[in-house]
Amino acid sequence: MTDAMEYKLQASSLNLYYGRFHALKNINIGIRPRSITAIIGPSGCGKSTLLRCFNRLNDIIKSARVTGRILLDGADIFNSGIGLTQLRRRVGMVFQRPNPFPLSIFDNLAYGPRVHGMRDREELEMIVENSLRATMLWDDLKDRLNAPALSLSPEQQQRLCISRLVAVEPEVLLMDEPCSALDPFATAHIEDLMRKLAEQYTIVIVTHNMQQAARVSTETAFMLLGELVEFGDTTQIFQNPRQKKTEEYVSGRYG
Amino acid sequence: MKLAPTAPLPPVPASERRNAARRIRLMPSPTVTERIVVALLWAMAAITIAVLVFIIGYILLHGLPHVTWSFLTESPRRMGREGGVLPMIVGTVLVTGLAVLIAAPIGVATAVYLTEYTAEGRLTAVIRFGADCLAGIPSIVFGLFGFVFFAITLGLGLSILSGALTLALMVLPTIIRTSEEAIRAVPYAYREASFGLGSTRWQTTLYVVLRSALPGISTGVVLSVGRSISETAAVMLTAGSALGLPDSLFDSSRTLALHFYYLAQENISEANAYATAAVLVMAILAINLFAYWLMRRFIARGGHHA
Ligand SMILES: Nc1ncnc2c1ncn2[C@@H]1O[C@H](COP(=O)(O)OP(=O)(O)OP(=O)(O)O)[C@@H](O)[C@H]1O
Ligand SMILES: [Mg+2]
Repeated sequence: MTDAMEYKLQASSLNLYYGRFHALKNINIGIRPRSITAIIGPSGCGKSTLLRCFNRLNDIIKSARVTGRILLDGADIFNSGIGLTQLRRRVGMVFQRPNPFPLSIFDNLAYGPRVHGMRDREELEMIVENSLRATMLWDDLKDRLNAPALSLSPEQQQRLCISRLVAVEPEVLLMDEPCSALDPFATAHIEDLMRKLAEQYTIVIVTHNMQQAARVSTETAFMLLGELVEFGDTTQIFQNPRQKKTEEYVSGRYG
Repeated sequence: MKLAPTAPLPPVPASERRNAARRIRLMPSPTVTERIVVALLWAMAAITIAVLVFIIGYILLHGLPHVTWSFLTESPRRMGREGGVLPMIVGTVLVTGLAVLIAAPIGVATAVYLTEYTAEGRLTAVIRFGADCLAGIPSIVFGLFGFVFFAITLGLGLSILSGALTLALMVLPTIIRTSEEAIRAVPYAYREASFGLGSTRWQTTLYVVLRSALPGISTGVVLSVGRSISETAAVMLTAGSALGLPDSLFDSSRTLALHFYYLAQENISEANAYATAAVLVMAILAINLFAYWLMRRFIARGGHHA
């Protein structure tokens, strides 16, 4: 086995059941720090489910049951002292549809710090500014921080959701099809942003768009029916797949 | 509505035309049906509004001339033949306000428990069934229960407190059901976002779910206020019908609706009966307008597009 610290996140023998349905089958995967890892695969193969294991968001689904281990910086996220709150703070998530709260822009960004106990107005203002700068929204929005977040364009909303995560200083960003509700221009912008964020954060992105996976990621995982079929360098997966199923999928011959 | 011009159709054989004509006579064309439906719906809506306007207008027309400053600020004399309705206004505010203050937290908490804190199962079914049964019970039965339990068993007597507790029980199902619906309408994505940022279930419930559901919840509360204000049977048996200003919550007090009932039923004073009704109607209108204004303001600030 490789040194645990080589990976930011590492899943081993991970299984997940929704009731009796076996949704993730014996997954072993290691996510390198400060890189972008893409998860691809046909609809329903368990990409979102896997992603949601990393911040234990599946815990809010009553029927979900998990076995196996996931290590964050070498510490087991299910058993060690990492509390659920702490874990989700360190491992943040961006969703398919931009989901800002129906609050002002400021209150959206301050939400995370506030639930973690931050009350100081000046410090909150600083966090808001920094997290908006991180997603290059600051210049556009600095004069209307009190405007409703839902009045922004879809792209801005998705950026705001990323800013909202940045505000709680996470280490990992999980992104579940973050561009599927956006047009091609907005998609290109978010991809640029991801490349920039990868200098500081570990990013795992689920995508249906194979070009996107090829464009942004350094490593790619291909899943099928709950199994991790192949995992490796993105160029290798797309140009030189070892598995026949991977080849069929990336060449668009699947199904 | 105008139809877009279409290219001229090829000529239709005579036999076809006759058949078509017969079919049309049996069943009007879609546009005609549409017009009839629109007209009918419009008429129904107009009737509803007309009835409402008529009732309110009639009461205000007969009552408002007698609603003077002294009517609002004096106690009744000679059983209400003379004087005003100040004690009834005080009684109504206390009984209704207290009832809603008791019922709203319990009702909202129940709704939160049902939606956020427990999986659907036998327990939730039982609670929901219980609430629905409670909603169907006639108010006079609530009055009887309140009289036996609050007034006699708990020794609260005929009092504002007994009345408020009884009304609270009565409006509880409304508050539970409207709150539950409002909470369920909050998009799941908000909860995910909140959990994803590391907040606890309680923080998510408080800052995201209840906050977004507030307009819906307040609708339920306003409905309950209206129902409490206009209730007579239940308060007659529990809050009593004392005419004087209450000194404490343990005193009996007559509400406006009940006062109106006595004035009209026992033929005490038609003028004062109408005046009392006018005060009631205006109070209910004012509460609804206030709630509407509050909601608009809330929605404008939060940017809630729903
Ligand atoms: N809460 C749930 N309860 C039961 N089954 C579920 C639940 N969520 C997902 N599933 C099932 O688990 C499987 C994997 O779902 P998942 O959402 O992870 O797929 P996905 O790869 O993200 O698909 P998509 O590309 O459509 O988003 C699917 O068959 C789905 O029906
Ligand atoms: Mg998915």
